[in-house]
This record gives sequence, structure tokens and C-alpha cells, in this order.
Amino acid sequence: MAYSNKVIDHYENPRNVGTLDKEDPNVGTGLVGAPACGDVMRLQIRVSDEGVIEDAKFKTFGCGSAIASSSLATEWLKGKTVDEANTIRNTMIVQELNLPPVKVHCSVLAEDAIKSAIEDFKRKRSARHALETAAPAVETAAPAK
Amino acid sequence: MAIQLPIYMDNHATTPVDPRVIEAMLPYFNAKFGNAASRSHVFGWTAEEAVSYAREQVAKLIGAESEKEIVITSGATESDNLALKGIAEFYKDKGDHIITTVVEHKAVLDSCKRLEKEGYRVTYLGVGTDGRVDPDDVKRAITDRTILVSIMLANNEVGTVNPIAEIGKITRERGVLFHSDAVQGIGKVPFDVQKMNVDLASITAHKMYGPKGVGALYIRRSRPRVRLVAQIDGGGHERGMRSGTLNVPGIVGFGKAADIMLKDGAAENARILGQREHMRHRLMSALEEVQLNGSLEHRLPGNLNVSFAFVEGEAMMMAIKDVAVSSGSACTSASLEPSYVLRAMGVGEELAHSSIRFGIGRFNTDEEVDYVSDLVIASVRKLREMSPLYEMHKEGIDLKSIQWAAH
Repeated sequence: MAYSNKVIDHYENPRNVGTLDKEDPNVGTGLVGAPACGDVMRLQIRVSDEGVIEDAKFKTFGCGSAIASSSLATEWLKGKTVDEANTIRNTMIVQELNLPPVKVHCSVLAEDAIKSAIEDFKRKRSARHALETAAPAVETAAPAK
Repeated sequence: MAIQLPIYMDNHATTPVDPRVIEAMLPYFNAKFGNAASRSHVFGWTAEEAVSYAREQVAKLIGAESEKEIVITSGATESDNLALKGIAEFYKDKGDHIITTVVEHKAVLDSCKRLEKEGYRVTYLGVGTDGRVDPDDVKRAITDRTILVSIMLANNEVGTVNPIAEIGKITRERGVLFHSDAVQGIGKVPFDVQKMNVDLASITAHKMYGPKGVGALYIRRSRPRVRLVAQIDGGGHERGMRSGTLNVPGIVGFGKAADIMLKDGAAENARILGQREHMRHRLMSALEEVQLNGSLEHRLPGNLNVSFAFVEGEAMMMAIKDVAVSSGSACTSASLEPSYVLRAMGVGEELAHSSIRFGIGRFNTDEEVDYVSDLVIASVRKLREMSPLYEMHKEGIDLKSIQWAAH
């Protein structure tokens, strides 16, 4: 498999490998893929009260382009608002890393991981929001989301 | 001695040509360039003599009675095709049933698939978790309509060695022809067509330090005399079984390679086995969750096929990019499916994705084995630090308990 220099760079010097506390209410975690398919990505974001992604971390079980795709995703996520982050598409990753057609699924997985982390964060935030409002409102607030 | 990179440790794929083989071949490119089929002059006679001598060298290595039983081909793929299709066609009035295994090389499997399209019936035997065929399964599968059993001597991925002698005993008793794709095992593990009752055997030069593009099909000439229908028509070379001008330099090299194997094989295999075991012990003592794929006891000396759990095979190969190895990972195959051999052995898909095949050969030094071991250990540790699965494993989470979304 002949990879682009960018893939090799991300693979050899992966950015933002690590773990954020998934119990932290400001942290969203996305875990996508399956071991049997040969790739699993875990992508985490920590979001400020202003809705800006302050930190992003990943761990990936997968081939070189899966590692590179998730490494690139964390790089792009940092500093973006959650809404901005939601606009990241797999095709942008394919283009940036010059992925061959057979590796496009790695970029799809990275997009899924971003979306999944954002959803997890939003779920937590709305749950917290529900708790913080007056107790009788809990039951009505939750379905309203 | 300083290590020279890259290191070649993929000797099941192919092997470098031994310098002694190259030396033997060289005169046959120019000074002795004749066509072995030219009967009317000394150029032809010289070539014919060299080919005949090479045939004898190959015959000796596999215990064949006569050099006439060695039919030269372009390699093992052609030999497998000739054996399966040639036998099926010749014996079609006798029967229409062939027995083989699910872990054969594609040259055998795809030949069987073609024969199925033509109306033949093929039984594909499974293998145990050790990667070996059970001779009792062969016995049970034979019917009155069975014309051929084709089972490999040693598997190209996991290096497991089949009980060929026991299978040969069964096929002989039942009067069924027995073909073995012996490519990976010849010279490396005991193989004797007489003692093991093998009727046809595929061989190739480039897996035993000879040149690419030349191989042979051993075809027994007595007790029983095996007949087959040629698959390549032309000038009637190789007693009508395989037409085409002989690749004389290649055949001379093939013979020389066989001769070296016969003379030096035992000592070489002992050394390679020592290196393989040294590497296995080093990897397994330094790293947790390393699984050896296939039987340890019945195994090619140079083969080490292991799965490093929580690390994907292609990523592993990138991490050790200065070392040439193979992986059963889907990401290294065009089909995106993990190794069918590992799957047939019951190796879980996640471990199949994590498998690496090291193939140690004649020219690997002890220093190289140590260098590769160190590099593999460091790389597995690095990749595990990046692996969410390893982190979950460390936290005591059973990965099988998680609902993974297949994609």
C-alpha cells in the first residue's frame, strides 16, 4: 500500500493520542467501528461552556490510514465550535490525506466518530441542563430536546 | 556485524536465489544456450543433458524413482492446474469427485471451482484449530466416484504440516490418486513420494532459493502409472504432458537449488528452527496476549505466524516497515477480507486482522532475528498505547460484551 506522505506523517507522529475523562460532563466520547472489521476508533472532545472544542483525543485500532484519519480529525476539531465540527465530512479527510479508494472507509469511520462524540456531548449537556432546571421541569424538559 | 536494512523475512512468499544457483545457471544463458528439444546438434544435446541432470537432482530431493517422473512447468500454479484439471479430464469416466481442503493455495481452490462448473463434485475438508487435516476426514469423504485427493504438504500462511504419510496410506488402500501441493514444505520437512504414497506433487524453485518461473509436477510412472491430459498443447515436450520450449537456465538452477537442499537442508533447518524459536520466546515473554496461529509441533521451521491482540496487522507492518513480512489482515488484501486460512482454523476475525507472518530463511542472521524481535516488541507496545481495545482490555472490559456496530 503506497500511502501519501501526510498519512505516513500522521501515522508516525500521531497528534493527540490519549484519553479524556469520559465521566466529565464537558467531554463527549465517540466509539465506532468493530474489532471484527479491523478498525475501532475512539474520539473524545472536551467542550467549553462557550461551545468551543478545547481539546480532542483519540485512540484507534486499525490500519495506517485509520490512525491518520483520526489523528487528523482531532487536529481539525480543536478550536472549532461544536456546530463547526459537525460540518466536517469524510471527503475532506480523503482529500487532505490523499487516501486511495480502498481506504475511503477509514475516513467515513472518522466522520462517524466525530458525530458520535458530538452527540454524546450534546446528550450529556441536555441531561445536565434538565437537572439544573427546576425539579418539576425535569420530566417535561427531557423530551423537549 | 551491522544490520543492513531492509531485512527480508518473508521467505514463504519467495526466496532470494542462492549465489551457487546463479553460478550454475549462468553458462546456460549464452555459452550453452541450445534448445533442449534440438536433437540434431551438440547445442541441443548439451542443453538436454543439463535438463536431464537437473531433473535427477529434483527427483532425488523428493524420493522419486526416476527423473522421467519430473515434468517441468512454469511454477507451482501451473503444476496445480495441470494436476487437478489433467487428472479430472483423464479419469472422468472413472469418477467425478475430488477431495481437497479449505486452506489450499488459490491455485488448487480455483482449479477446483472451475472443475465444479464443468460438473465435477468437490469436497472441501475443514481443518482443526491447529490448521491440520484429519486423515479420518479424508477416509470418510472418499466415495466410489472419488478420483483424486489434493492436500498440501505445508500451508503457506501458518506453516502447518499435514499428515501426508497417513493420508497417502488411505488413498493407496482405496485406489484413489493423491496430489500434494508440496511447494512450501519441500526440503524443509520430510517429504518422500515413495514412502508417503504421493502420486503427484507440485514443486517450485523460487521457494527453495532457486529462480522464479520454473517448477515441476511430479507424476508417478509406476504402481500406479498416473495418466493425465495435457493442458498446454504444442510441440509435445515433456512426453506430451506440457508443451513449450524448456527454460534451460531456470531448470539448471532449479536442479542446483534442489541439490543444495538435499545436502545442506538438515543442518539449515535446525538452525532456522533455532532462530524461529528464539524469536517466538522473545516475543511471547516480552508481550502479553500474543497468540501463535497453527500447530507448534507440526510446523515449517522458518514459520512464525502470530497475532498481536489489539494491534491491526497493516499498522504493524507500517511500524516495522524496514522488515518485509506478511499479514492476514484484511487491509493488506484487495478483498478487504481477513485470511481465509486463519478463519478456517477458527481464529476470530479480530485476531486474524492482527496476524503477522514471519518467514525466516537461509540468509537471515541471528542479529537480524534479534533486531526484528526488538523492533516488533517496541512497535506492539507503541501501537497498543494508541489502541482503544488495549485500554479497554486493561480496564478489564470484555470486548466481546460490547455491541459493536459492524460496518
